[in-house]
Amino acid sequence: MDMKRDYYEDIELFKSTTILICSILFLIFLAVLPWLIEKYHPLGMSIYIVNLITVHALVAIGLNILVGYTGQISMGHAGFFAIGAFTTVIFVLNWSFPLWIALPIAGFVSSGFGFILGLPALRLKGPYLAIATLGFGMTITTIIKHMEFFGGRMGLQAPKLHLFGAPMKDIHYYYMIMVIAVLMVIGATKLIKTRVGRAFIAIRDSDIAAEAMGVNLTYYKTLAFAVSAFYTGIGGGLYAFILGFINPESFHLIMSITFLAMVVVGGLGSIMGSIAGAALMTYLDIKLQAIQDIPVIGAALLNFSQKYMSVGGISNIAVIVYGLIMILIVLFEPLGIFGFWIRTKKYWKTWPF
Amino acid sequence: MGIIIKIENLTISFGGIRALNNVSFEVEKGSIYSIIGPNGAGKTTIFNCITGIYPPDSGKIIYKGEEITHFKPYQVAKKGIARTFQNIELFSHMTTMDNLMLGRHLHMKTGVWRGATFIYKGSKAAREEIAHRAKVEEIIDFLELQAARNQFVVNLPYGTRKLVELGRALALEPELILLDEPSAGMNMEEKADLMFSIQDIRDDLGITVILVEHDMNLIMDISDRILALNYGERIAEGLPEEIQKHPEVLKAYLGEEEKVA
Repeated sequence: MDMKRDYYEDIELFKSTTILICSILFLIFLAVLPWLIEKYHPLGMSIYIVNLITVHALVAIGLNILVGYTGQISMGHAGFFAIGAFTTVIFVLNWSFPLWIALPIAGFVSSGFGFILGLPALRLKGPYLAIATLGFGMTITTIIKHMEFFGGRMGLQAPKLHLFGAPMKDIHYYYMIMVIAVLMVIGATKLIKTRVGRAFIAIRDSDIAAEAMGVNLTYYKTLAFAVSAFYTGIGGGLYAFILGFINPESFHLIMSITFLAMVVVGGLGSIMGSIAGAALMTYLDIKLQAIQDIPVIGAALLNFSQKYMSVGGISNIAVIVYGLIMILIVLFEPLGIFGFWIRTKKYWKTWPF
Repeated sequence: MGIIIKIENLTISFGGIRALNNVSFEVEKGSIYSIIGPNGAGKTTIFNCITGIYPPDSGKIIYKGEEITHFKPYQVAKKGIARTFQNIELFSHMTTMDNLMLGRHLHMKTGVWRGATFIYKGSKAAREEIAHRAKVEEIIDFLELQAARNQFVVNLPYGTRKLVELGRALALEPELILLDEPSAGMNMEEKADLMFSIQDIRDDLGITVILVEHDMNLIMDISDRILALNYGERIAEGLPEEIQKHPEVLKAYLGEEEKVA
């Protein structure tokens, strides 16, 4: 069962045949997912929501590398997200680069900014770092908002992409995003298991010991910021195209905090948790806007909100329920959704006992 | 054999307290050198100065003929000096194996790109990983840590954690190892095992050991030379037998006998 014959098995992606088969089944599931959604609309899902979830998952993974694995906090990831989005659109729109070149460029531009932001992080910890990164996020949005080059307040229209002469639809974006996401998830998983990832985790658990063992703190902390910003930048680039337009106002503080919430709700220090967190938070964010459609309690909630809060009340209730779910998850399972998963796994492994 | 590390007039103060005052000593290559003294004598401070955690106010640290006084901790590690900590500084949410693998950090090369993109067993990153895991396995055998191999360090008992920390320092393949109270929290049996391990580290692996310890039996049994400190001052240095009889040392540990008229 857990017998190993080879050191490679420790770092292998598919630790057993079961995992390999499950992964293949999951990939097949991803391939037919658009078809399933079109046909059955489970849980009111649409391809657009899945695309959004996938993009947010990339951001959550990037942020988790920084927060969950390296132990540095960032409240400015909307800034990187904006940098990725605007860089991609400008390269495609103004200089007519193809997307597959513009996207990596956006990733690297974003990681360059990550590197710069990483420098003050060397001296700052905890709440101080949170404030510094918060300032970064707000500055970036303000700069973008006030420069004509970035479309100013109005933002930019992402150019329509064409595939074999026909304009791309949600479903085409779905496959493009999914291929990128799967590759980047695998990359993150492998990165964490090898030398660089171990150095990140070591810095989180004990930076003094990590340095005494030869880990160059300056280099690895800034590197963590850069890698994290790279993932977020790629996510931003894709986001611009699934949304169709980008507006500096949308990359606000709440967005940074929502990213952080995805990571915490999903589970700090877990790639799969990040994906789950991104899925749950994105789904709730969209679906709670139509909370009055929930049978029985929906109408009561709407009534309550209109009576005691404001006439347009439904968004109040959505935010409250959203907040409540976050509190409940963090309260009952500090490891987030990943914690639920671990418990379930343990339960089945030791099942009759 | 020659001198591996030489400390010259090391002085450091924290606020008004002089933690070390003009401390000098030298350690011969291939020996076990112990530093003793009551609490607050400055033993751990010496380690922190050598490994670059505290910059000394004055004095020099010369390692293999090269001055390393103002090196950063990771540069000191690169020179081949490894250490353990008094209050265990392990990576508690990593397994024993991964903790030891981190000790191999300086001997490995895989960067972000190669680490994230290796795909098969023969690729460079995978081969490196496998080779170093084999190396770490030797250390696990040496310290008999097999049972703890895949356990998270948080779940290990205190004595085992101390051994994991020793293992991590050994994984660096140092020439000089600084052990800060390695036997704290161990029972008699574990202490005896540790004593043999430390002797093996010197004899079989050829690593010079500097030891800070409170257990006098252990110190007297395995040390080649001993340095005694009190209030940051060097009060005696010599062979274990000399230290045992040294009047200043006895005074520091037992206090002065008051003359009763």
